[in-house]
Amino acid sequence: MEILNLLIQGTLLGGLYALFAAGLALMFGVMRFINIAHGDFIVVAAYLLLVAVLTLGLPPLVGIGLVTALMAGSGYLGQRVLLNRVLGDDILPPVLVTFGLSIIVQNALMEGFSADSQRVPAGSFDTASLAIGSGIGIGLLPLAMFLAALGVLGVLHVVFFRTPLGRLLRATADDPQIVPLMGVNNAHTFALATAIASAVVAIAGTMLAMKTNFDPTVGPSRLLFAFEAVIIGGLGNIWGVLAGGIILGIAQAIGAQIDAGFQILAGHIAFLLVLAIRPRGLFAKS
Amino acid sequence: MPMLLETKALTAFYGDFQALFGIDLSVADGETVAIIGANGAGKSTFLRALTGMRDTRGQTLRFAGHSIAGLAPERVHRMGLSMVPEGRRLFASLSVEENLLIGASGRRGGYWTLDTVLALFPALQERRHHGGAELSGGQQQMIAIGRALMSNPRLLLCDEISLGLAPKVVREIYAAIPMIRDQGTALVIIEQDIQQALKVADRVACFQEGRVTLQGAPADLSLAQIKDAYFGTETA
Repeated sequence: MEILNLLIQGTLLGGLYALFAAGLALMFGVMRFINIAHGDFIVVAAYLLLVAVLTLGLPPLVGIGLVTALMAGSGYLGQRVLLNRVLGDDILPPVLVTFGLSIIVQNALMEGFSADSQRVPAGSFDTASLAIGSGIGIGLLPLAMFLAALGVLGVLHVVFFRTPLGRLLRATADDPQIVPLMGVNNAHTFALATAIASAVVAIAGTMLAMKTNFDPTVGPSRLLFAFEAVIIGGLGNIWGVLAGGIILGIAQAIGAQIDAGFQILAGHIAFLLVLAIRPRGLFAKS
Repeated sequence: MPMLLETKALTAFYGDFQALFGIDLSVADGETVAIIGANGAGKSTFLRALTGMRDTRGQTLRFAGHSIAGLAPERVHRMGLSMVPEGRRLFASLSVEENLLIGASGRRGGYWTLDTVLALFPALQERRHHGGAELSGGQQQMIAIGRALMSNPRLLLCDEISLGLAPKVVREIYAAIPMIRDQGTALVIIEQDIQQALKVADRVACFQEGRVTLQGAPADLSLAQIKDAYFGTETA
């Protein structure tokens, strides 16, 4: 029974990790852009929700919608104004620029919100749970988050494979040099990709804010989880990212069961094992 | 008569290496011009310069009455200049139909739609939902041509459309050219097969080491002249 409980809790946690990873995978997939500030943007979304709910007094759902719209808009502008300038054959400039952004964001958050740990209350959702069988309870909040993650990944799947925008994003991922010969402005396409990725980041960040305590320095470890989920699942596969997140979540849940201090390490070990056995990830496209 | 495309003394560089040395070439509305020449003669570079894939800032390069020098490829394309790139360059993760539809992103109104393109190349019809990369080389070339037509261009540039294809397939591809011309589309075709070029073109331009060494209507040119211009030999 305990094993089943671990699997359930790990899977639910994995949904959140899949959301952390989806935005990262999307930006890398479309424009080979590695965003080192990805985790910090997740934390920015968490703080934005904090402001929306605690300062402005908005209901959490309205806050999530607002933060998502705001992050998507800023993602578009940020890509158009700043990040497109460092895109090219060399993968290093985006890494350096977003590394710098990461430091700036962390310090700005520290300045604005202090280093104190925060959390956005989710009302009665916080503690409510469904009891299934003896000794197994599923928290409503983690369940809602997992379902939301499934929903977001489902929407991404539909956008990518059923819409003209998705067709354009896949074509751009295939051959960005040729797409302009179809009358398409790559700068706009890249910015749209970042806008979508930022919307996913916003949802991930707002969930983080309700699920756990956060402070301005937790971004890099979220980035690491995101990287691990992407690598475990394999690049270029939306549902692979979900599988990667779930494997990571389950590994962490098992680790935590063995010893509380072993939780994060167990995730890293699972990641290293996958990397050693299948370096391209479990579900990578050939 | 104003020309659809006009270049004057067009040059192009790859770093310090000069690939084009002052190309003067024009194409009239509805005209088909074949560019022939050996590998490295500058043919593909010329097309890349026309489409904005090479920097042409400050040069004389006019299309449909407007200067297109230094314009980005997507802007040139939206003015009605479309290209079938060398090596086809299909989008590997897109189906045949999606490859065609992406060609309509910068679409101008006109005859060519998904249906008319599929009617032009019936071989694609039944495989429209297959991955573009799964098809034979000839069918892939049909997709590349169809993709370029989907925007209803005024000028279609075709870079080496017969390269690496069996003669029968080349005939199939070239059978589509008159139908494309019938819609009033002008064509610039890069072709290494001289006979094929002479058959299809209103005018032939021979490139050699980045220069145009010969231009004229096929009927006005002798095979000896063309060989001289192509290989750079002097026949007495």
